[in-house]
Amino acid sequence: MDLLSVSSTALYTAFFGYLLATFFFGATIRDKRTDQHRKKRTMERIAFSLTVAGFLAQLVYFITRWIASGHAPVSNMFEFVTFLGMALVLAFIILYAYYRLNFLGLFALPIAMIIIAYASMFPTEIAPLVPSLQSHWLYIHVTTVALGQGILGISFVVGLMYLIKVTDQSRRTKQNFWLEFVIYILFLVIGFVAITTTFNAMDYEATFEYSQGNNTVTTEYHLPPIAAPNGGTLITEGVMEPWFETPAWFQGEDAGRKFNTLIWSIIAGSIIYLAARLIFRKRIGATIQPLLRNIKADLLDEIEYRSVTIGFPVFTLGGLIFAAIWAEIAWGRFWGWDPKEVWALITWFFYAAYLHLRLSRGWHGEKSAWLAVIGFGIIMFNLIVVNLVMAGLHSYA
Amino acid sequence: MKEIKCECGHVNPIGTVLCESCGKPIEGNQHIDGNDKKRLLNMRYDGTARRSQTFNKTFIDKVWAFFSSVKVGVWLIVLALIASILGTIFPQEQYIPINAPNRDPAVFYEAQYGIFGLIYYQLGFHNLYSSVWYMILIALIGVSLVICSLDRFLPLYKALKIQKPKKHKTFLSRQRLYSESENVTDEELKLVKERLAKMRYDITEENGNLLAEKGRFSRWGPYVNHIGLIIILIAAILRMTPIFYFEEYVWVREGETTVIPGTDGEYYIENIDFIFDVHDDEKFAEALEKEGMVPSNYQTDLIVYRADTPLPGAEPELKPILEDSVQMNKPLEFDKFTIYQSGYQLNEFSSMTFAIQEKDNEENDFGSFTIDLTNPESEYELDNGFRVVIDQYYPDYYLDENGVPASETNYPRNPAFVFLVYPPDENAPEISFVGIGRNVDATGENNYKLGIQDFDMRDVSGLSVKYDRSLPFFGIGAAIFMIGVIQGMYWQHRRIWINPNNGKVLLAAHTNKNWFGIKKEIEIAIKDTNITMVEDQQELDKSS
Ligand code: HEM
Repeated sequence: MDLLSVSSTALYTAFFGYLLATFFFGATIRDKRTDQHRKKRTMERIAFSLTVAGFLAQLVYFITRWIASGHAPVSNMFEFVTFLGMALVLAFIILYAYYRLNFLGLFALPIAMIIIAYASMFPTEIAPLVPSLQSHWLYIHVTTVALGQGILGISFVVGLMYLIKVTDQSRRTKQNFWLEFVIYILFLVIGFVAITTTFNAMDYEATFEYSQGNNTVTTEYHLPPIAAPNGGTLITEGVMEPWFETPAWFQGEDAGRKFNTLIWSIIAGSIIYLAARLIFRKRIGATIQPLLRNIKADLLDEIEYRSVTIGFPVFTLGGLIFAAIWAEIAWGRFWGWDPKEVWALITWFFYAAYLHLRLSRGWHGEKSAWLAVIGFGIIMFNLIVVNLVMAGLHSYA
Repeated sequence: MKEIKCECGHVNPIGTVLCESCGKPIEGNQHIDGNDKKRLLNMRYDGTARRSQTFNKTFIDKVWAFFSSVKVGVWLIVLALIASILGTIFPQEQYIPINAPNRDPAVFYEAQYGIFGLIYYQLGFHNLYSSVWYMILIALIGVSLVICSLDRFLPLYKALKIQKPKKHKTFLSRQRLYSESENVTDEELKLVKERLAKMRYDITEENGNLLAEKGRFSRWGPYVNHIGLIIILIAAILRMTPIFYFEEYVWVREGETTVIPGTDGEYYIENIDFIFDVHDDEKFAEALEKEGMVPSNYQTDLIVYRADTPLPGAEPELKPILEDSVQMNKPLEFDKFTIYQSGYQLNEFSSMTFAIQEKDNEENDFGSFTIDLTNPESEYELDNGFRVVIDQYYPDYYLDENGVPASETNYPRNPAFVFLVYPPDENAPEISFVGIGRNVDATGENNYKLGIQDFDMRDVSGLSVKYDRSLPFFGIGAAIFMIGVIQGMYWQHRRIWINPNNGKVLLAAHTNKNWFGIKKEIEIAIKDTNITMVEDQQELDKSS
């Protein structure tokens, strides 16, 4: 077996480890009776060991891939997002060791798995680095940012748990609508993974041709085209005809294909979501709520706040300071108002505002939990929308 | 208003909320920290008198109060956040794509984004981050930072310095963590004290009253990090001056020596060779097939010269001071400057050789001439009497929107010419238009044509030359900021009070963060004693 297949096997192993660990964490909270205490402790230990084992497997993925490609695997969407999932797990392991909260595993690991699954939808072959990325500061910067974001990600997970726990599900309120909306978005990501995997397995391909400036370029769709590229013509025969064209104001490389993928994700995610609603016959938030009955809201609030206090310095160091050092070496300017940089600054402002708000009364509990959710939303926006849609120096895929 | 004497005997400054010594709430001031509406005391600044909350008469008082409010600070941060988002809706001027049909911002935004683009441009959002109002916003944050820190630091420092282990009962019972215990023996108290000391609490004791405290220094974290931010803002201002910051961009052609602008003719750069490599490693084959060519190296081999001008007006004498290569991510330093590999242009034409031929029989050749494309002459005369005049020269030829020939840049990337050809002893010229892949006889009556016989090409390297003496200040500011946040976030200020009171033992505790941690420590400290575990009186769970 060559190094790269070792690497990808290790990643699958890690994923599987997290999945199993989630089930064991789930098992710990089912047993409430005191005579089951010993059994619970065993479950707990197994769950945590599986998490650590999964993390080690992912470390093997990381190291072998590094050796195989000759550079730290944090240089494209697949690699970076995978690493973010790993950082989230690491942050979970650290916080779990301190707080010993099994519920946290039940929620944090699935989020980490969604992130890793999302990552693996991007091209996974090892790719060479353009000159601007050939710097040790790239690794230092990117890994630190991911670690900071992973820790901040825990505050999102815990904030979400807090909201699921305290939101009144007995009647329709604005709060449970928006909470359900956040959960729905997680379903869209799952939908994206499901639909992409399905058509990838079928080797689906449809090629379009369109003009860009003075050149004619082609783009390959791996999902049936609902939206064609703007001004594109289908040149593959025997596939579905597109229903409409992507509007011209969608910017960036391959806008049509990305828009088409977005549509498919919404369709697939919505179907899965509706199916879940039909099965449970209540909001997903309401379905999960009873699981969190035995946990103290205060503790959730505190963990959420603490992960921001721990993550904020790490994020500042990686996302602003190391980033600036690298930019100074590569381009001779430590700050250039590139969209990616600006969004890192926005993230930083946001969490600074969060920290200041927490100093005053009245911003604990629900409001604070919403801020933690929004904060991670900003991080994801920077990762996905800014990377894939806004043009700039940092655009990866 | 005058100073307030507490029943414990301590004299507090005006505006104090909790007695600096015993913590007893001072009547009439509880609204300042919102304590009148809550069961728990606000411990943010230990109830000290802050200028902003105390004086509100003069204009200066009002400005001070305004800027020292955290609420205002948060608003400023949120405004800066929203403003920053606005700047990313459409690309900033410097990020208008190179391949845009028209890069003039007055045209680009409207052409690309319609009416919204036009509005965006007219509001000046295409240069948002250097706009006056954005800078004012950042400056206001700076002012707010300074004032709010001054407002709080000194009173807090004083209060923490003079605090006493004996606290008033109201103070204790209105802490978030509180318990009352009976039948506690002296041995137990001693044991608790020892355990706390073991967990590295500093213990102060006075008449059997106990204060265990640790991590006080973490309270200064925010002030330290704010100082770091102020230094960064000052560095940003310094950077706007030429003493601290200099930057020039030069294009240097292979084989040419160019003066570095802005150095008063003191420095020259010679481009020996520009190297452009691409990846061809076997292991990347799959990715390369998908993405096409991926560059692996941009490099310029160069020589830097210093000019010595022996006599005023004399030709400068160039002395090489550095011969090296500069690569992306490997800048090069000389004297006070740093050179960065910043751009390149491959395969620019340097010269072209044209042959005069008979129009219908290209074999019939009347000689040739060579044009130096960076420095073309206006007229070329051949030995056999032919004369060629350059009527128009388009270094980078294209047809503009109106179908009129024009040059996109001044660089000979796609040279084209309108030639006037004077055959020997003729006064009326023939007009021909020649470019790459183009050879047009405008009148259709020409006897001769000009064919491209040969050409030379070379690369051009874009180098930025700069110094930035503000960098150390940014570095120091960033380091201080990091020290401050770590100090404030990774340590916590924990205090535990144990006061005997009418035969009972009152235990209260406060921390600025990590209540879980302090509870765990209290549990350890009071294990197997008669002291009751503290109750968490926070309202969060109670309300939900
Ligand atoms: C982007 C700018 C700013 C950043 C990054 C920043 C950062 C911080 C941080 C990290 C803390 C520590 C928070 C904690 O320990 O929970 C803090 C505390 C604080 N900040 Fe800022 N700050 C900024 C601007 C401001 C402004 C404009 C004000 C003015 C009102 C302000 C007022 C305060 C106050 C009063 C504290 C609490 C001090 C204490 O606990 O004794 N900050 N700041």
